Amino acid sequence: MSTLLEVRNISLSFKGVKAISDLSFAVRRGEICALIGPNGAGKSSLLNILNGVYRADAGELVFDAERLHRPHPLTAARLGIGRTFQNNALFKNMSVLDNLLTGLSRFQRSFFIEQALGLPRARREARVFAERAEQVLEFLELQPWRDVAVGSLAYGLQKRVELGRALIAQPTLLLLDEPMAGMNAEEKQEMSRFIADINRDLGATVILIEHDIKVVMDLCAHVVVLDYGRKVGDGTPAEVQANPDVIAAYLGTVHG
Amino acid sequence: MNFFLETLIGGLLAGTMYSLVAIGFVLIYKASGVFNFAQGAMLLFSALTFVSLHEQGVPFALALLLTLLVMIIGALLIERLVLRPLVNRSQITLFMATLGLSFIIEGLAQGLMGAQVRALDLGIEDIPLFVGEVMISQFDLIAAAVAAVLVALLALLFNRTRIGIALRAVADDTRAALSIGINLNRIWQIVWAVAGMVGLVAGLLWGARQGVQFSLSLVVLKALPVLIIGGFTSIGGAIVGGLIVGAAENLAEAYIGPLIGGGITPWFAYFLALVFLYIRPAGLFGDRAIERV
Amino acid sequence: MTTTTARLTASFDDAPLTLVRRRWPLGLALLLLVAFVALPLLGDDYWLNAILIPFLVLSLAGLGLNLLTGYTGQTSVGAAGFMAVGAFATYGLLLRVPGIPLPLALVGGGLIAAFLGMLFGIPSARIKGFYLMVTTLAAQFFIEWVFAKFPWFYNYASSGTISAPRLELFGYSLASPVGRYLLTLSCVVLLTWVAVNLVRSQTGRNWMAIRDMDTAAAVIGIPVDRYKRLAFAVSSFYLGIAGALWAFAYLGTASAGSFDINRSFQILFIIIIGGMGSIAGNFVGAAFISLMPIFLNHAGQWLFGGNVDAGQLQNLQKILFGTLIIVFLIKEPEGLVRLVGNLRDRLRTWPLRF
Repeated sequence: MSTLLEVRNISLSFKGVKAISDLSFAVRRGEICALIGPNGAGKSSLLNILNGVYRADAGELVFDAERLHRPHPLTAARLGIGRTFQNNALFKNMSVLDNLLTGLSRFQRSFFIEQALGLPRARREARVFAERAEQVLEFLELQPWRDVAVGSLAYGLQKRVELGRALIAQPTLLLLDEPMAGMNAEEKQEMSRFIADINRDLGATVILIEHDIKVVMDLCAHVVVLDYGRKVGDGTPAEVQANPDVIAAYLGTVHG
Repeated sequence: MNFFLETLIGGLLAGTMYSLVAIGFVLIYKASGVFNFAQGAMLLFSALTFVSLHEQGVPFALALLLTLLVMIIGALLIERLVLRPLVNRSQITLFMATLGLSFIIEGLAQGLMGAQVRALDLGIEDIPLFVGEVMISQFDLIAAAVAAVLVALLALLFNRTRIGIALRAVADDTRAALSIGINLNRIWQIVWAVAGMVGLVAGLLWGARQGVQFSLSLVVLKALPVLIIGGFTSIGGAIVGGLIVGAAENLAEAYIGPLIGGGITPWFAYFLALVFLYIRPAGLFGDRAIERV
Repeated sequence: MTTTTARLTASFDDAPLTLVRRRWPLGLALLLLVAFVALPLLGDDYWLNAILIPFLVLSLAGLGLNLLTGYTGQTSVGAAGFMAVGAFATYGLLLRVPGIPLPLALVGGGLIAAFLGMLFGIPSARIKGFYLMVTTLAAQFFIEWVFAKFPWFYNYASSGTISAPRLELFGYSLASPVGRYLLTLSCVVLLTWVAVNLVRSQTGRNWMAIRDMDTAAAVIGIPVDRYKRLAFAVSSFYLGIAGALWAFAYLGTASAGSFDINRSFQILFIIIIGGMGSIAGNFVGAAFISLMPIFLNHAGQWLFGGNVDAGQLQNLQKILFGTLIIVFLIKEPEGLVRLVGNLRDRLRTWPLRF
């Protein structure tokens, strides 16, 4: 399988404090890659660099065989990098359906004036978008909450809506920041199933941050371990589990 | 050169007035995150109350004391009736609430004490003072001195008293302050009362200068660029910001004004603030917030 | 599951163009009938001039500001500035372009306001919240100053005012109260329809996404800066047309002072009281703002038998507005429109509940 994303010697610091130092790894097309490591290891910061929310101090990113110059959230989205956040970043006052629809912005072709005047192209586009949103609602089993404001939903459901919003944009690469945080065993299983389906049926490559080692072992073929912004392990789940550095990094830290 | 100096110094002195208004803002903003649009109305209300009392024959000191009392009662009411029900709401919501508040205070002030322009004589004679060949307004000089004393008092309050320490704790980290048992409602009452007192001083000085009238409450709009330049959270910033706005406004009116038709003071400060915003988005002394995702 | 996901990957362009027959809701049709036919026939000049026209224009202005503040989350206290641009630009076009039809002059005035709005919206890319308010204040005071300072804008009139040179459409004069009312109503209906289209479209959703969380909006591929500028432009277009109507259909004669900061606050109150992020809310809020003074006046006359001081009435009004704003923010942040909605729901289920 070819390489989809290559991270080369990335470093990032906040006000002199190193968050990530000289990090390199590669993600193959079509795999599910897990980023694990203790809190503060730089996992979320790394995702933020991958889709341009943060700018790395040094190093480079190669996505789909092209070097990313000056990555920006917008260009990342247009390249097909989808993202969910650790503390849900949904549009709280909008309905589930509308939240999903916002994810389709990168496919928008009609001009605002066409939408303002309800011209045929805009209306056709709106219909196509609505159909896709219904499909995603069905796929993620969200229909009962279709018209409910997202802010009033339970946390687990919000996570699912956020996944849907990223998914509807047909991402090539999906970055999931703790998609199962705060969920019970049953919800986790459900979410794992969704992620596996998305990976298998839509062919989306997935990078996810997860603390639950069992979930990681079941779901992922590739694990990258971070500690204090450095890479301490990189390989299959079995390889990583046998790696003494990884064990050292996890000793004394408590994770569920 | 003399003209330049006179313009500059006149502007700086006028700027101390802006600073006074801005300080009231900073106090409230630091302690409660509220951008208090009603600060201007409080200014008007306090000056009107004082003038009305004084006109009724109440002696100066007593009138001052009574006005102070009114401002403190006002602060207690505002905290209880407006701020407490709106706790944990967005900053814009709180701002709009103070907009409503300013309407209430203005309506009350004019309804109770009339809308006509009132003269306010603080007993300061405005004889121009000459330093070399540069003319300086004596009134402005005294006003600046009062402002300086006020700032020194505030500094004492914040750095030397228990209340001040609690206040700074709240400004620093509200949640942590709550967890160690600081009474947030009490802090807010105190801050609004202190802001009311600052408003009273500013109201008296402004009022003595241009008469006590409705336009006093519009001073609030001038405080916004001052805050942008100085930062929302720094008293020092409010002072420097006020001085910069005062001086720049005067200089611009004198040197740029004639080129484009004059009367540019209503908007010049805002454009100045915009320029500052582009260079330093958090103001000269403000804390820069890092946006976290 | 596989069938669902197989459909998920389907291409975007193969959707058939089906015709959807839209049904007009009876209530809306009735409302339009009343507004276009019954009111001009039944309403006297006082009602048209003093109540209906200003109500409609204020609704339109509220609509414009709501698109920017309620839907896109960009607080503006410079609404009246852009109304002034619309008024003076429309005036200039009518005066200086020979034979320009009124609708074209109005649209032209709106477009000029939109362009200026977009210019003042540029800083929104870097500046947020209170800081952005400075930009809108700068716009307000700068625009006011320009229209008071440079006589070219008011055609060197010694009074410094502008009045509509001619209000006519296809040879028909619109100078009568009914004519001005119908002109205003047509503009409002048309622009409301456009606004409804917009807020239900992808553009509207992008705006609301930016309002709710602009970082997330960028991450999912919404060009945030561009959509903010668009919101400024569209909002100013609406405000511009509202300004022109305010000057020519309502006031008749206007100056820069007709569009001062207090007008901006008035428009802001309309959307706070009516409901942020709601189209109908603008009408409810504007009705409230324009009817309240009249109601108060009558109540005052009735209570005190004609010897009420106008100044005191105004102060009372201010206190009442201020109190209402605070009460609404505390009790019903979604505004009057929500209250009306709740009432309607209750009425609908009324027989069942009791």
